[in-house]
Amino acid sequence: MAARKGAAKSNTSREELLSYYREMLLIRRFEEKAGQLYGMGLIGGFCHLYIGQEAVVVGLEAAAEEGDKRITSYRDHGHMLACGMDPKGVMAELTGREGGLSKGKGGSMHMFSKEKHFYGGHGIVGAQVPLGAGLAFADKYKGNGRVTFAYFGDGAANQGQVYETFNMAALWKLPVIFVIENNQYAMGTAQKRSTSTPELHTRGLAFGIAGETVDGMDVLAVKAAGEKAVAACRAGNGPYILEVMTYRYRGHSMSDPAKYRTREEVQKMRDERDAIEHVRELLIQGKHATEDDLKAIDKDIKAIVNEAAEFSKESPEPALSELWTDIYA
Amino acid sequence: MATEILMPALSPTMEEGKLAKWLVKEGDKVTSGQIIAEIETDKATMEFEAVDEGTVGRILVAEGAEGVKVNTPIAVLVEEGESVSAAPAPVATPVAAAAPAPTPAAAPVAAAPVAAPAAPVADGSPDWPAGTPMKTMTVREALREAMAEEMTRDEDVYLMGEEVGEYQGAYKISQGLLDQFGDKRVIDTPITEHGFAGIAVGSAMAGLRPIVEFMTFNFAMQAIDQIINSAAKTLYMSGGQMGCPIVFRGPNGAAARVAAQHSQDYAAWYAQIPGLKVVMPYSAADAKGLLKTAIRDANPVIFLENEILYGRSFEVPDLPDFTIPFGKARVWREGTDVTLVSFGIGMSHTLDAADKLAAEGISAEVIDLRTLRPIDYDTVIASVMKTNRCVTVEEGWPVASIGNHLSATIMERAFDWLDAPVINCTGKDVPMPYAANLEKLALVTSDEVVAAAKKVTYR
Ligand SMILES: Cc1ncc(C[n+]2csc(CCOP(=O)(O)OP(=O)(O)O)c2C)c(N)n1
Ligand SMILES: [Mg+2]
Repeated sequence: MAARKGAAKSNTSREELLSYYREMLLIRRFEEKAGQLYGMGLIGGFCHLYIGQEAVVVGLEAAAEEGDKRITSYRDHGHMLACGMDPKGVMAELTGREGGLSKGKGGSMHMFSKEKHFYGGHGIVGAQVPLGAGLAFADKYKGNGRVTFAYFGDGAANQGQVYETFNMAALWKLPVIFVIENNQYAMGTAQKRSTSTPELHTRGLAFGIAGETVDGMDVLAVKAAGEKAVAACRAGNGPYILEVMTYRYRGHSMSDPAKYRTREEVQKMRDERDAIEHVRELLIQGKHATEDDLKAIDKDIKAIVNEAAEFSKESPEPALSELWTDIYA
Repeated sequence: MATEILMPALSPTMEEGKLAKWLVKEGDKVTSGQIIAEIETDKATMEFEAVDEGTVGRILVAEGAEGVKVNTPIAVLVEEGESVSAAPAPVATPVAAAAPAPTPAAAPVAAAPVAAPAAPVADGSPDWPAGTPMKTMTVREALREAMAEEMTRDEDVYLMGEEVGEYQGAYKISQGLLDQFGDKRVIDTPITEHGFAGIAVGSAMAGLRPIVEFMTFNFAMQAIDQIINSAAKTLYMSGGQMGCPIVFRGPNGAAARVAAQHSQDYAAWYAQIPGLKVVMPYSAADAKGLLKTAIRDANPVIFLENEILYGRSFEVPDLPDFTIPFGKARVWREGTDVTLVSFGIGMSHTLDAADKLAAEGISAEVIDLRTLRPIDYDTVIASVMKTNRCVTVEEGWPVASIGNHLSATIMERAFDWLDAPVINCTGKDVPMPYAANLEKLALVTSDEVVAAAKKVTYR
């Protein structure tokens, strides 16, 4: 792997590096397994994998505190794992089973956890942006000092409701961090084919919202930027925009042949910029861990993922009576 | 341990595919994520990546093979150090797909309108105790009072919308609320329906109880995605975890001479959506009692008001706290010859028509549905079983109207009791014109209701 600037001289602690390694690896292995189960016909419909983007949520979750909220799009498995939701419940939701987080009624794109302050999982591109500002509105109303991470894509950044939300979030100083996960594609549309000005972090300037761009393949950089954004938000300065530059290795969803980009482009990212490899290097070069230590972690993660997969196959389909429940509270 | 690589499903609809090309050969080492084959699905040629790492022990399905069923083993991967020959020989029969078999459709456990063999019983209980002192009040005052009482009762209730605060409400429904509750709880928004509806829905998911005022429901079309996809469906999609207690309210339907874009009745639109509750009051007492119920309800409620009714006065019970339950129709007038069913502003034409019919010796029973989701079917069916005739009245368009739905329900539950086809009186099937004479023609009138009632009673 090509050397990264500053990679070797990180002074991040061993424990921290190891936890990033574990968490990112969990997402990657989980997603690979989900892809496999999809291939076996156990997961149906749309299934959007997060492989390649792991450092974004892991870095930002490291900057979050207990009680902070998060909301995202349909590409949500990584966010759920990173905020501590049970891999078994997530996988069983993907297979549409009773043990799934939404009892099998939401699927890959629609999962929630009150306990972990995860507010979905939304299938309509951009809809989670005002919803996220609404979560922050509630926190401000209650004066509880919490912040909300509202994640959306480079494609979603062109939705009108995003700008309606920027305006009100700035006007009312809502404690929300708008996280634009710029993976450079919206389905098959490269960003330059859809977007008049590529610097998405400047999209808040017209509303007086500060923004910055971050290397989303570097979990330490993401965490540092996240901490700065969180501090600004918690201090009552209103919203903040983080444009996190990232890349998805897989297709948009499982059924995307990905003809809009070259295999070389993807391979180059994997070889030179992979976020997990980056942390692995820091661990090995900094003599924080041996190859054997990392192998042991790999093994642990594999066991967790296999257990989730087993659960997702064994959990029964929801009872037919479930069709009629949860329509009204 | 050797692992089988199975023919993958690579689209929601794929059942078999062509193994177009192997990018690895037996004996090759593969890493997880490496592209090992190209597979043609029903839609496209897809790259297929290895999940596990290891060495390709055996290739079981040759390049070029067509019609390879999903889940057929196509190769065997062996682990480091394991001998290639340890890999099992090609399997003869493809392993049966692990995909769950489609389950038969569930019996419609709660499909309310269809399955109710027993004779329906109308809930005729009074909305407030006999002898309750009454006061005269406009619908506008009733709505304002309902909001003020509920905001006093619950700190989490807040009002948001365009001009609701300093301007005191575009139609003065929120008059005085800013002074009483302050700008934390009475919030003027920019003109940005999609955005503020979404913010309000998000705040409801986080535990607040927003009342969103749309200046009129015509503008809620900008926000309908948040109302339906976010507010109405989230409880279901979250398996019951994440509710959305919110009220969307404002004037709905034709006002006067404001033409097509400002004159549409959305009753049938919203009434179609499971997960929403839909209220459309006529009188001031109902406006107050139902709005209080709506604000306390744990679900998203669409509360459809009417500009023309805002200034009308009615008797309202003078009680410190009174509510009216959803799903309970009100019988305004008992009768024996024909059942007239309406709601909202339609009630004023209907009551008018009943007076005219009485003058001609036709006794009409008049039912105000008050809520359109849930609908009080029993009261309607019980009445039709008595009168054997029914006319429905609404301001909205005729296609897929509330009247259409009631007609179907009456046909299913009271077919043998009908002495005439049900007639639906509706607004005309045109955009609302501006010219005074044409506007009058486009709206439903009491004369049309009278004519329909005569037709079904063969007079
Ligand atoms: C309102 C809406 N329009 C279109 C779609 C279909 N769609 C789903 S994802 C997607 C691309 C979104 O890309 P981006 O916001 O960059 O997110 P990413 O998938 O890259 O994470 C589209 C067009 C949708 N779900 N919702
Ligand atoms: Mg994108």
